[in-house]
Amino acid sequence: MPYSRVERVLEPATGAYGVVEKPLSTGERIANMGWVRKLAILIALGLLWEGYARWLNNPLLFPTFSATIEAFFQGFFGGTLFSRVATSLRVLLIGYAIGIVCATVLTVIAISSRLGTDLLELLTSMFNPLPAIALLPLALIWFGLGYGSIVFVIVHSVLWAVALNTHSGFLSVSNTLRMVGRNYGLRGLRYVARILIPAAFPSILTGLKIGWAFAWRTLIAAELVFGVSSGSGGLGWFIYENKNQLEIPNVFAGLLTVIVIGLVVENVVFRLVESRTVRKWGMQS
Amino acid sequence: MAELMRAAVNDPAVGAGPAPLLDVRGVTLQYKTKEYLVTATYRVDFQVMRSDRFVLLGPSGCGKSTLLKAVGGYLQPVEGEIRMKGAAIGPPGPDRMMVFQEFDQLLPWRTVLGNVMFPLTASGRLAGRAAVEKARDVIARVGLEKFADNYPHTLSGGMKQRVAIARGMAMEPDILLMDEPFASLDALTRRKMQDDLLELWEGTRFTVLFVTHSIPEAIRIGSRILLLSPHPGQVKAELNSVPPGTDGAIIASLERRIHDMLFAEPVEDAHT
Repeated sequence: MPYSRVERVLEPATGAYGVVEKPLSTGERIANMGWVRKLAILIALGLLWEGYARWLNNPLLFPTFSATIEAFFQGFFGGTLFSRVATSLRVLLIGYAIGIVCATVLTVIAISSRLGTDLLELLTSMFNPLPAIALLPLALIWFGLGYGSIVFVIVHSVLWAVALNTHSGFLSVSNTLRMVGRNYGLRGLRYVARILIPAAFPSILTGLKIGWAFAWRTLIAAELVFGVSSGSGGLGWFIYENKNQLEIPNVFAGLLTVIVIGLVVENVVFRLVESRTVRKWGMQS
Repeated sequence: MAELMRAAVNDPAVGAGPAPLLDVRGVTLQYKTKEYLVTATYRVDFQVMRSDRFVLLGPSGCGKSTLLKAVGGYLQPVEGEIRMKGAAIGPPGPDRMMVFQEFDQLLPWRTVLGNVMFPLTASGRLAGRAAVEKARDVIARVGLEKFADNYPHTLSGGMKQRVAIARGMAMEPDILLMDEPFASLDALTRRKMQDDLLELWEGTRFTVLFVTHSIPEAIRIGSRILLLSPHPGQVKAELNSVPPGTDGAIIASLERRIHDMLFAEPVEDAHT
């Protein structure tokens, strides 16, 4: 005896279910914003610092958060901090720009021939593990006690990170996209500029971010070793100088500046670039 | 086998007629993998006439995609020649627009409109307003005018393939090369896309070279079907398909006929 089942055809219910779509409450929306959560953590850390420093009560070893902030604003608006930051950033941007240009040239050579690829791979595996600061003594002999040496070590720290990431980005561009680009009749540099670079942009951006962080660290370290040239040092020199004069709140203010600039570049500049490019394109979530 | 060859020769469409748009003669294609030199096709001949919907049909390993890439200019034949409008084909170019199977064929950094416009402007065919108008017109024809400013990652698979087809059509190429464009779509969408492609074709009667491994798809899409046998790909038969809307029984019998031809010999798995 076969088992027979009754067929069912239903009309969809209307209005009986609560909501299909409803906006989240304000609290939920605020909690969903990454920067709000991060700001809360920052405030908590600041309070912790303040509390610990007050309890320790030794401004020579560990000044309070408020003293550091005070030194920061005094240094920025009245003292030398602003010009120190400007000097540092100028050197940094010059080195960063030269590094990116060198990386671009190297990567274009690398993708245009197999020998070029070998060259890039060999050079990056040789020089990438070499800390830029280790080249400083050599740079001092070659370029003298001045900006030239610092720019040289910054270029070294940017170049390999950017070149490596850009190249691996180019290699991971899908074969379909390559064929599409060639189908449009694009060749040579136009093909690189209009297909490869945008398609590899997530990797390129990662390289730029890593390169920036490397450059920033290298710069401060190099300035600590010899910051002064014709009387105007950078931020690293500011830290070193104030340590020698036992102006410890100023040392902390200098370190805070390093951190703040790092945070702003990472979370504002690069975040903005990301949201305008790879996030908008759905290439990175 | 011999009977099939004779049938093909006696076919009126192969006889003297207008000069073919695409003439593939004795084409042997080989490519290298890391370990093998693979012969993808061996001495394949076929002619595509203007406004043909020419389908290359065969099981995997019959070299149909490789053949399409050779027509696209991505691969040089080791033997034989491929001619377009009487001249040997050159490197890849916008006169032979390709539509691929993969959804990632759209440029993710450009909107739908940008994607359709890109080949127009990159090849210098059109510029400025003219390119925008042309692109909008074609996008409307594939039914995506509401999505012109969307980025590809916000579209469904079927919509992405529509954009790719629009991009190909906007260039008004001599021939549109389609490499299993619907193979990654679900069955319902696939069916709809096939109907829509036929409708688009009715509008402008562009020439299509279409690769598929699905017999029903070949019959629906194609006006003429080239059957290829695998390892290496060789022409097994060249058949006329039936017009859209033909009686189901006739389609079923053609389907069976093709099926029997393709699977007459047991399929050997050489490279697995």
